[in-house]
Amino acid sequence: MSSNLASTHLPITDGLLVVVKDECETCHLTIPVLEELIRGEEPVAVVSQDLADFPPGMEVIHDLELDISWKLSTETTPTIYRIRNGEVVDQQEGWLRSGWERVAAVNDLGAGLPDQRPGCGSDTMLPETYQRLMRRHSPHRLASRRVELGSSEDPMEAAFARGWTDGLPVTPPTEERVATMLQGTALPPDEVVCVLPPDLAECTVEKVAINAVMAGCLPEYLPVVVAGVRAAATSRFNIHGISATTYFTGPVLVVNGPIRPRIGMNSGINALGQGNRANMTIGRALNLVVRNVGGARPGGVDRAALGSPGKLSFCFPEDEEGSPWEPLSVERGFSPQDSTVTLFAGHGPIEIVDQRSRTPESLAKTFALQLRMLGHPKIAGLSDAIVVVSPEHARVFREAAWSKARLRQEVLSSLTLPSDRMVAGADGVAEGMPPHLAAARPRMSKFAPDGLWFVHAGGDAGMFSAIISGWIGGAASSQMITMAIDS
Amino acid sequence: MTALLDPTSERATQTRSLSPRIPDLTNGTVALLDISKPRGDIFIKRLEELFSQIEVSVRHYRKPTFSKPAPLDLRQRIAAECTAVVEALAD
Repeated sequence: MSSNLASTHLPITDGLLVVVKDECETCHLTIPVLEELIRGEEPVAVVSQDLADFPPGMEVIHDLELDISWKLSTETTPTIYRIRNGEVVDQQEGWLRSGWERVAAVNDLGAGLPDQRPGCGSDTMLPETYQRLMRRHSPHRLASRRVELGSSEDPMEAAFARGWTDGLPVTPPTEERVATMLQGTALPPDEVVCVLPPDLAECTVEKVAINAVMAGCLPEYLPVVVAGVRAAATSRFNIHGISATTYFTGPVLVVNGPIRPRIGMNSGINALGQGNRANMTIGRALNLVVRNVGGARPGGVDRAALGSPGKLSFCFPEDEEGSPWEPLSVERGFSPQDSTVTLFAGHGPIEIVDQRSRTPESLAKTFALQLRMLGHPKIAGLSDAIVVVSPEHARVFREAAWSKARLRQEVLSSLTLPSDRMVAGADGVAEGMPPHLAAARPRMSKFAPDGLWFVHAGGDAGMFSAIISGWIGGAASSQMITMAIDS
Repeated sequence: MTALLDPTSERATQTRSLSPRIPDLTNGTVALLDISKPRGDIFIKRLEELFSQIEVSVRHYRKPTFSKPAPLDLRQRIAAECTAVVEALAD
């Protein structure tokens, strides 16, 4: 935390500075020590956070607006600082005799005092004060329009009334909250992340941050959301088509790399479900950006016949540590040390139940049987999907030393289907492949090229895996995009 | 007073009126745009029959994929070569 408020200077450039407050018992305890230091030869500045006349009888600098404490990043009172050439070179929080003696370069300080006593929280750390100071000291002026609410207007209801929400309540995006959110990225708020379809509107970091606040994100999630928005705006991903289609699809986010544990994502029990803030809000933030900045709203550009609950949020991390295979991000060309977000146009999940297979051959055939029904059992060449392989199913492949490539090859082989069973009209069903395509080759592949992916996630118990079904695979519609997360 | 930051692109919606209706199609050419969806060809074939009965000429166009907006050059070509367009929008 550092201040950029140019007008804030420390009251001394060389010497000792102590931040105290009347409300703090430990500060009262150290009054004799302050008196002792003031009697010494060095300049001593005593800065009080609350009362102008505390400690009594001393020349005190009253830090009424807490700008000095903010500049010093004070977290505890009392804190003694050694200032040299206007910079802090040493400090001690609370009362610790040896620490104060080190900072002050004085021996035998505070005779009769206990050796140590913990301090109190600095007033700068009070949540509302912290946000006020963050806003006050931010080097950036936020550019978005201020929507002023009436005194009796409920901010949550105001967000609904203005059409900003996905149907669930949002956290009201106040300037303080947005400024706090922006602490999660080194990018300046006015940087354009992308030009976002369908409205082809410029989407700045600030707009992403506002929507991330509304979604309920913490600042440390923001880089994932920014990368997700960047990926969504690519023509290969085609968020315009994904938004406009009558199909079920929305953006699915798979997070890989060291950022997953750092921001507390859940790749274990209920990985695709509710209950984890990062999983739930990162996906939601992306969808809110697409809605509010991109302009894709249900009934407007979004023409989904039925849609799917995942269009609110569908985001999870891969369980890389428990996986028998390389992570999705590595398959996509990144290093295991890279944090990435992969976007896939999908919906689901659709279950794969197999509690009996103990050989990889049998389990791969089960996967293929269930994957055949995506879209329609007689549609070929267009499907794509992510199979989320649970630990108990992954164990079967691990024990048999099947690579991911081997599994993919076996499943695709099982899904190269006889054309006479796939053709329109076969089995008395009008749906199916056009006769001229079916006549051209004896067998046809269910999946589009590069259309079948495997990731590892889920709780330790349960011989169930999950299919995240895609939209229409291939360059004509939407292709999986993996983007590095800058954090 | 609470102030919220606007999460939208802050664009105002522009209202545009429809293009003037064409009084008749004599000497005009109608673009028949297939967006590559199943059964679009059936719809377009039937329209072509109906236009030929009233002696209106047609030209055929096709979007590369129904899942993305029509490319700009296709839109410009239709505008330059035709007086009206009928799009087989969905199956």
